[in-house]
Amino acid sequence: MASGEIRPPGREVRAQSVDDIDLPSLERSLRQPRALFSYTMSTLAGAATILALFPLVSVLYLLVKRGVAALHLSSLSDLPPAAMALGGGFGNALVGTFVIVAIATVLSVPIGIIAAIYITEFGPETRTAAAVRFAAKVLTGLPSILAGVFAFAVVVLATGGFSAPAGGVALALLMLPTILLTAEQAIKRVPSKMREAAVGMGASPTQVVTWVILPTASPGILTGVMLAVARAAGETAPLLFTALFSEYWMSRTFPHFLPKTLGDLMQPTASLAVMIYNFSGSPFENQIGLAWTAALTLVVLILIFNILGQYLAGRSSD
Amino acid sequence: MTPTATVSNGNGHGDDTLIDCHINELHYGKFKAVRDVDLKVKKGSITAFIGPSGCGKSTVLRCLNRMNDLVRGFRLKGRVIFRGQDIYASKIDPVAVRRHIGMVFQQPNPFAMSIFRNVAFGLRLNRYKGAVEAKVEQALQQAALWDEVKDKLRSSGLSLSGGQQQRLCIARAIATEPAVLLMDEPCSALDPIATHRIEDLMKELKKRYTIAIVTHNLQQARRVADMTAFLYVDTTAGGRTGYMVEYGPTEALFENPQAEHTKQYIRGEFS
Repeated sequence: MASGEIRPPGREVRAQSVDDIDLPSLERSLRQPRALFSYTMSTLAGAATILALFPLVSVLYLLVKRGVAALHLSSLSDLPPAAMALGGGFGNALVGTFVIVAIATVLSVPIGIIAAIYITEFGPETRTAAAVRFAAKVLTGLPSILAGVFAFAVVVLATGGFSAPAGGVALALLMLPTILLTAEQAIKRVPSKMREAAVGMGASPTQVVTWVILPTASPGILTGVMLAVARAAGETAPLLFTALFSEYWMSRTFPHFLPKTLGDLMQPTASLAVMIYNFSGSPFENQIGLAWTAALTLVVLILIFNILGQYLAGRSSD
Repeated sequence: MTPTATVSNGNGHGDDTLIDCHINELHYGKFKAVRDVDLKVKKGSITAFIGPSGCGKSTVLRCLNRMNDLVRGFRLKGRVIFRGQDIYASKIDPVAVRRHIGMVFQQPNPFAMSIFRNVAFGLRLNRYKGAVEAKVEQALQQAALWDEVKDKLRSSGLSLSGGQQQRLCIARAIATEPAVLLMDEPCSALDPIATHRIEDLMKELKKRYTIAIVTHNLQQARRVADMTAFLYVDTTAGGRTGYMVEYGPTEALFENPQAEHTKQYIRGEFS
């Protein structure tokens, strides 16, 4: 019994087998400094999590509580009410948001994806690629109001008025870096052995990109697009300089919510974000109520886009 | 002084030569990777490349369909004559070359699309106008995979096992009926049973296609190859440059190797 030598002599007699040796307690005890530290840190981490959730939950709670009050089917379909009037809605702002975001998407998605293809597949080591990457990273941090000022100078002054396309350009500027950088990451994640397989089959560089790279990277690319759309839909500042606001539908002819000519687009256009901005400062109860409802609607829309983005991202990992 | 190749080509008439490969020097940037490889791949045969790691056998194989073009700094001094044309001539389109000289890689690399679309990929590339379904079935039959996948052609190619994926890649490569099939250690990622199936398959495919294979496995070369090239690494010039030591009929090369390096390698005398 070699282990007996390190025991106090008195105990040696009683300890006949391993089972009899009085073992150190394995139970958790807060008297131990290590356990106490661990317990404290766990509690703090839990508290921090709740603290982080608090603003989100309270904003959502307030939005639902105040927003549901004025929520009717008509609030989604009617025009904004005049100062003293009752009822009304934000149908034109809803349509306007869709139109402006659609214009921004049509502008930014092709440019973003094609640029991402260039900097990953065709000229990854070129100076152009390095410049594009740097510019995109700088642009991600661009204050959104500057995007509005830029579109004001480039589109509003050039075309002579506030319009949906001007708003679209401003939002496209904000969406472009997100789309470009996420698309670059998604394309980089395509295994190089697939690229090699396609080349080995006799695919030209264009065919490699369109038949193998893009289909394989598409879930990741779509996620980036969804996140960019969700961000753009909530932007107010860039629209104040560009699309401004309108009390009316986009079209003079029935159905009024569908813009039918270029002229319908080239006029000040309502959007949910600007409507919330305008009405939240209003002295009239009805308008303030509608601002809450519009905010709820916008958050739900953005939530849908975010969930769609997450779902598409989840599919890519299968 | 540099060692040179011993070429015992057997028959002298070159009518059945499909690829005449003559590499003087092959560089990756400043690195001289391969020198002095001179061999003829005969139509309807299996040619194996053996040799220690880093001897450039994969590099030589990739030369035969210009896959090395993807590597930055790649330069070749020499020529690769395929059906009377030097595929490295400036007027040659490498994409067209690869459509006639297909490739199967070390790691199975099916696309992230259905089994059917994987096999139909090359047909679509070539704008094949005939019955794609029939072609896909035929290719899968030839690759001995049809019975295992015929009920799940719509499921992802990535859902198959490693051995099945490799046979899918072979089916994909032969669907367009290339003249030559290059195989870069096609069995190294597979277990012995899957390896055996691929070897049987190669012997079967030999009737229709010319095959060149790189293998680490000497027994595999001996089992399947008609001709074998032994490459070795030359470190005398300071770098690590691969070169061809010996090329000849497989039986002769294994039974009666001419060069000292070949003898040692085949007997397993290299550490």
